[in-house]
Amino acid sequence: MSLAAAAVAAATTTTPPALAAVETRGFLSPTGVEIAFLLVGLVTFGAAIVTVTTRQLVHAALWLVVALGGLAVEYLLLTAEFIAWVQVLIYVGSVVVLLLFGLMLTKAPIGRSPDADSGNRWAALTVAVAAAAALVWVVVDAFRTTWIDLDGPAAGSTKATGESLFQNWVLPFEALSVLLLTALVGAIVLSRKTKTESSSPSVNSRGATGSSSSVPDSRNHPIGRKGQAEQEGAR
Amino acid sequence: MNDALDVALRLLLVFVVFLTFPLIIGQTEHKVMAHMQGRLGPMYAGGFHGWAQLIADGVKFAQKEDVVPAGADRRIFQLAPAVALLPYLLVLLAIPIGPGEGAVGEVIDAGIFFVLAVMGVGVLGSLMAGWASANKFSLLGGLRTAAQLLAYELPMLLTAASVAMAAGTVSLPGILDAFEWWWLPWQIVGAIVFFVAGLAELQRPPFDMPVADSEIIFGAYTEYTGLRFALFLLAEYAGIVVLCGLTTVLFLGGWHGPWGADGLGWVWTLLKTAVLAFVVIWLRVTYPRLREDQLQKLSWTLLVPLSLTQIALTGIVKVVIQ
Repeated sequence: MSLAAAAVAAATTTTPPALAAVETRGFLSPTGVEIAFLLVGLVTFGAAIVTVTTRQLVHAALWLVVALGGLAVEYLLLTAEFIAWVQVLIYVGSVVVLLLFGLMLTKAPIGRSPDADSGNRWAALTVAVAAAAALVWVVVDAFRTTWIDLDGPAAGSTKATGESLFQNWVLPFEALSVLLLTALVGAIVLSRKTKTESSSPSVNSRGATGSSSSVPDSRNHPIGRKGQAEQEGAR
Repeated sequence: MNDALDVALRLLLVFVVFLTFPLIIGQTEHKVMAHMQGRLGPMYAGGFHGWAQLIADGVKFAQKEDVVPAGADRRIFQLAPAVALLPYLLVLLAIPIGPGEGAVGEVIDAGIFFVLAVMGVGVLGSLMAGWASANKFSLLGGLRTAAQLLAYELPMLLTAASVAMAAGTVSLPGILDAFEWWWLPWQIVGAIVFFVAGLAELQRPPFDMPVADSEIIFGAYTEYTGLRFALFLLAEYAGIVVLCGLTTVLFLGGWHGPWGADGLGWVWTLLKTAVLAFVVIWLRVTYPRLREDQLQKLSWTLLVPLSLTQIALTGIVKVVIQ
């Protein structure tokens, strides 16, 4: 991705491909935007590495914020303003908040969690590297000859994004929304099932004790209240 | 050179607004609350009706020791107030106060998304504070903050989307350019939902369950002292400025007014923002705190359906008038 984007010399759509393009566009012609892009990319990469290597769970979530924010800055540098803000809105504003909510609910300790390591380290690394290689290969292969003119009108403005999304990519867009709907229905089904099973005090009611009043599900209340009474009795 | 000067001037102006307006609202809150409760409020600091009370408070905060609890996660604990405060400064940049390109800090193409996204980031500050304090009250406050944000972000986004649909643009100055007076009754449900959801996102009463001082002390801010605590308070009041300004711009027509169109647009913006800020203070004095499950219920069973209805209404009217 950085390859496709680092190449940002003056682009015209009418230039003949191949040789002429190679002459006018170098991958390393350092304009200010490119340097900024590379530096932000490095920061993003570093933050991502720290996210998966740190032993402190909440720190990992916060480094994830840095990585996702870095990505948003990259989108901005590529003039895709709309995508950048949506990235911040969805990932930083909602996904990470949800993550932190989960971590707090499970009382993530301050300091290192010795059990935060997994025995699947090498398998995970293999999968991650394979996935990254596949993605980089696909992106580079698909966009190697695509050039973004950073000096012209923004190619990623809200208008342009909306037009291409709802003219050229309507079908994938709708398919994605169906996918999300499926996930939603699945989540509801799962939560209903656990509710009927946890009529006897179980792991679930223990989980609800610490936060009985903040579980955003009013159906949990009988359980939560019982848990609270239990906890108070224990004190 | 001229461009650089222009940008610097705008940034400076926004910064001054950022530093003064929250204080003005804070002082107004002191006085309005006092008078609503049959008191006088601060009367001595500065001489005239205690106008300098908040400056005196600031001096007091600056003198206090900056304590970091021994068990706390030092760096995150210290970073949290900045994360809570800075987003509001960024949002102020995008709010237009008058017509034309001259009256906004920075014209942003996807303005609505920018302001909502950045406002959401501010909540991370409370979460960081809640977790890093190593205090169970703080942790509870952080949890409640997160639950509240997740519940109220959705109606806020939906109602903002309704305005964007009506205007046919997501840029804040663009929305104001397209504004007509009859949008007011058309979008009134959206306006109320947006304002209420915004109050909840700022954790202002009656939605202040996350900081509920009488039960979880002060939520995520329990362990904070001195300047860092003052920064959190400043973030709350800057949040009021931002929320009222945004509601003004999105739903009340910003610089549009019945008369005095030329050159006085900014007066209308400020006036409407001030009236909304008064309403925020008024609600604090008059409404009891909602319980956590009531908070969630209000959002999911009332605000979300209302905002969806508003979107449907916007869509129908939009298609009919075309």
